Amino acid sequence: MKLTVTVNGRPVSAEIDDRTLLVHFIREVAGLTATNVGCDTSSCGACTVLLGGQSVKSCTLLAAQADGCEVMTAEGLAGPDGELHPVQQAFRAEHGLQCGFCTPGMVMAAVSLLAENPSPTEEEIRAGLEGNLCRCTGYHNIVRAILAASNQTVSREQAG
Amino acid sequence: MSEGVNVSILGTRVVRTEDPALLTVGGTYVDDLRLPELTWAARATFVRSPVAHASIGDIDVSAALAAPGIIAVLTARDMDDLPPPPPDDGGGGSEGAPVPMGGPWSEPLLAIDRVRYVGEPVAIVLTEDSYQGVDAAEQVIVDYRPLPVVLGPGAADAETLLFPRASSNVAVTAGVPADELAFDGCDVVVRQTVQNQRLAPVPMEGRAVAARWADGKLTVWVSTQNAQISRFILAGALGLDPAEIRVITPDVGGGFGAKVGLDRDAIVVAWAARRTGRAVRWAETRSENLVGMTHGRAQQQDITIGGTRDGRVLAYRVDIVQDTGAYPRMSGFLPGLTSLMAVGPYDIPHVQTAFRVVVTNTTPISAYRGAGRPEATAAIERAMDLFAAGIGMDPAEVRRRNLIPPDAFPHTTPGGAVYDSGDYVVALDKVLAAAGYPGLRDEQARRRRSGDPVQLGIGLASYVEITAADAAAGETARLVVHADGTATAYTGSSAHGQGHHTAWAMLVQAELGIPMDQVTVVHGDTDVIPEGVGTYASRSLQLGGVAVHKAAISVREQARQVAADLIEASEADMELDTSTGTWQVRGDPATSRTWADVASHAGPEGLVAAVQYAEGQPTFPFGAHLAVVEVDTETGKVRHVRHVTADDAGTVLNPLLAEGQRHGGIAQGVAQALVEEFVYDAEGNPLTSTLTDYAAITAAELPSFELVNSQTPTDVNPLGAKGIGEAGTIGAVPAVQNAVIDALSPLGVRHIDMPATPARVWAAISEARESR
Amino acid sequence: MIPATFTYQRAGSVDEALDLITEHGDEAKFLAGGHSLVPLMKLRLAVPEVLVDIGRLGELRYIRDDGSHIAVGALTSHHELAQSSLLAAELPLLAHAAGRVGDPQVRHRGTIGGSLAHADPAADLPAVLLALDAVLVTRGPSGSRSIPAGEFFRGLFESVLEPDELLTEIRIPRPPQAGWSFQKFTKRAIDWAIVGIAVQGGQVALVNMGQQPLRAGAVEQALAAGAPLAEAATHAAEGTSPPTDLNGDPAYRAHLARVLTARALTEAAARGAQGSAR
Repeated sequence: MKLTVTVNGRPVSAEIDDRTLLVHFIREVAGLTATNVGCDTSSCGACTVLLGGQSVKSCTLLAAQADGCEVMTAEGLAGPDGELHPVQQAFRAEHGLQCGFCTPGMVMAAVSLLAENPSPTEEEIRAGLEGNLCRCTGYHNIVRAILAASNQTVSREQAG
Repeated sequence: MSEGVNVSILGTRVVRTEDPALLTVGGTYVDDLRLPELTWAARATFVRSPVAHASIGDIDVSAALAAPGIIAVLTARDMDDLPPPPPDDGGGGSEGAPVPMGGPWSEPLLAIDRVRYVGEPVAIVLTEDSYQGVDAAEQVIVDYRPLPVVLGPGAADAETLLFPRASSNVAVTAGVPADELAFDGCDVVVRQTVQNQRLAPVPMEGRAVAARWADGKLTVWVSTQNAQISRFILAGALGLDPAEIRVITPDVGGGFGAKVGLDRDAIVVAWAARRTGRAVRWAETRSENLVGMTHGRAQQQDITIGGTRDGRVLAYRVDIVQDTGAYPRMSGFLPGLTSLMAVGPYDIPHVQTAFRVVVTNTTPISAYRGAGRPEATAAIERAMDLFAAGIGMDPAEVRRRNLIPPDAFPHTTPGGAVYDSGDYVVALDKVLAAAGYPGLRDEQARRRRSGDPVQLGIGLASYVEITAADAAAGETARLVVHADGTATAYTGSSAHGQGHHTAWAMLVQAELGIPMDQVTVVHGDTDVIPEGVGTYASRSLQLGGVAVHKAAISVREQARQVAADLIEASEADMELDTSTGTWQVRGDPATSRTWADVASHAGPEGLVAAVQYAEGQPTFPFGAHLAVVEVDTETGKVRHVRHVTADDAGTVLNPLLAEGQRHGGIAQGVAQALVEEFVYDAEGNPLTSTLTDYAAITAAELPSFELVNSQTPTDVNPLGAKGIGEAGTIGAVPAVQNAVIDALSPLGVRHIDMPATPARVWAAISEARESR
Repeated sequence: MIPATFTYQRAGSVDEALDLITEHGDEAKFLAGGHSLVPLMKLRLAVPEVLVDIGRLGELRYIRDDGSHIAVGALTSHHELAQSSLLAAELPLLAHAAGRVGDPQVRHRGTIGGSLAHADPAADLPAVLLALDAVLVTRGPSGSRSIPAGEFFRGLFESVLEPDELLTEIRIPRPPQAGWSFQKFTKRAIDWAIVGIAVQGGQVALVNMGQQPLRAGAVEQALAAGAPLAEAATHAAEGTSPPTDLNGDPAYRAHLARVLTARALTEAAARGAQGSAR
């Protein structure tokens, strides 16, 4: 089938196999490889993008379901002059990434979380990240990054 | 030592240079490569065994060969262009080394006449695109003739042999027989069988490789922890000279020990590229990863601990059965490390260990964050708590009475490990203070008195571990200061999230005054860095970083000579100001020259220093963890509410990076204690082969961690650094396990195996109640 | 990881959806949010030859106060249910449970209709709607049906929906009693319920205690007969056939059902006594 998906503000049109998953459309057709595939049971969230402003797992959508819609990936977050989005900035400042593989999906999930809940508690953040796995960071600094991006105080917890 | 007045960047929190790219365009992992060489790459899909143990009859590829987009379907029968397997040496000689056992234990690339685990690769299917590959692979028909399945420690006595030529399922035996006399003279002796369960590493990026054979050279891009070792493995497996192979490491999405080198699937992809003349690329699915990537742990431990009523431990024994899965890829290495570190941070006079390695019809076992040491610490820490319960003493006090005192270093253990430096009691005391231990015990007592259905548990772990165990293999660094004054550090280390590019740039800035943003760090390309060892065993800072540090010193001393020549002064008068990165004659700023001036004066290639640092030794980080859990005694559900740690790995180069390593390690340790386990049924079918069933831990199960600062330098290397990468995992596992059991001890529960899932906790509670 | 080949069709209206499904018969399935179906297709446990995408039928996306009942369009997402102030006021059990389904990404796409049609006894909403005595409205080639929730679920992943029948609306009567509770017991927060309990007043339904969501009839009878809450809860596992899996055996699940029912009844009673909807 033929479709057009607007990705990061740019319309991308193609003739695709009907069964093409949105994540593969993003990676192979739109050529944007920040969004990663981390599992095959919609468990890990590495493929998270925004569809119509809401976080979705792009491995669990057919590209066809996004036809005519707007998708934003991590590559679309930074400003036109390359200025980091506040969430990206916070992830860097708080060391919320290590190998980086989960990061684009994690950042998009965080953006969506803050859009819906601008001042989340730590508990709400942790619950909001249930669908995003990270193996490297232990989530501690990811939580701090999201708190920082929400302009809430990040307390120093070190006792020693 | 830098000269002039400045504040060193070392020891400061520096945000990572890796991050802007990772955050804006994402890393470039193998599956992201969009290189001209790979434009027409075929996609590989493996056909894998769906049964745990079977002989292979016919493989019918005819239907697959007619599938859309098919390029080739290859099996072991097609592998007639490979060197013969190594001679049958009976498999001996490699019993201690972390290398696959050969001879009768040899592991083929593609299964030949037998499959030994669900997920074992049997055929490789090459198609134009990956979707076609899934369709075509389904069309391959393999005639499996089931054989009896062998599982668990009982494999040692099973009638069915995985390797008939080996005449046993026991691949390695080591250690001393039990000496009961050692436990005479103990007032109290406690025994327990403990399971250190099988885990899946689950790096977020699975295994991935791309390969291309062109102009007599094989180029392989692989998600690995060491490109140079990968090249060595490929050369041996494919019968090539290493010079005919180039291995490139792109960004790697996590490794945790399971991506050391490269495995049979990756070798098959490289072989297929040479065989077909097409570039080939492969990125496994998560389901493949959960059964095809090596697993970790899988030890059964019989522990015996004895001592006096006043808390002195006199004897400790651990008998280990190491399940190594279907192929002994690490021979006795993992339980060997467990045995070496069995005594932990304690001064116990009699320590005995013994182990057997058995093969079973399961995924092969290899290193996973901690690699043998989490198993050691989990065993001794369980033992200490059992002994404490046996004599009715507080577990913190029992530890305090047995920890090696600070004036006893270097300390040689009964097992032969030489601990370099440590202050174990202080680490424990720091953690107890930070946690408010007396207050926690008060709260626990209050809930016990009131019969609160939600009980509080406090668990401790004191630990010491060995990092850079293979320090003798060393690490390489080559530092170039270019004619334009920028620098490039070529490192044999191979970061996959650890932030070496930031850390090594800090080392160069500290020594030479070249700002970090002018220092490029390169790793993982064997054409550019032919010699290197890689990143695993928490070795990189203390070996690779030290190598960079020494290369910087060497460059500095060369530069001193060159600068003196440039300025026509004497070398002894030359001074480097590391705060500005300038050379001058001492006291004469008019003579100031930049690094660009000096390097270009040295020649068009600038200044170069290459270091092979092999003077390092294993080091012994240590620490203490305290976990607080709430256990709902009506349902068995455990909530992890606090985790306090001191993880001392010597001098900290960048606290941001060190904390990140501790956090990640703690999370994986908590995961083992509470939720994760790779499970097989009685037929060897994996029951946790997707991420809906394998319970990888999420943010919702974890608290924020409370990290206490502790830095006891080692004098084994000039940076005073040990390794931090695995410490968190090692300390966290027993702290959490002990906490759960501590919560339930008034109910009569004395042990619960990991993971302490709600069902398991409930079963322990029910059993304890029934036996009262 | 990759579904088998199929043809994708998009319906522009309910009528067109029914026409398309009739045209393709057995080989076609409706695609709503896709968060039950697409995962099955990726594992090739479901291999429809045709997908009829109904995901854009805005006419099926609503939450309305229809007087005696609240009407929810079948394509309303879990997120919309969880965020609805109407549901928060009138059916907080449904709003709360919808907010516990899966994770935020799943909730943005998954729909109430899709969840019901998938008929997974371990899912949260089927049991909730059973506890609420919901009526499921369908449309098919032969007309419309109104099916009480208690008659809708037939077995494991099986409902009474015909292959060419579309679930269009869920009608939930205003609860006679205000107190409610939802107890979802999991190992990890993201997991399916090991056991779950949905309570609205004196109506109790069970998640994952059988091949379909079940009403805890014996508990309800005990409550109706005036038994104390703790006593009523002891009957929670009667008439159930809980599964065995990695998370527990039938005895453990039965025990959990009793414990969680007691907690749910207590919480519902407290909410009812406060008279507050939340």
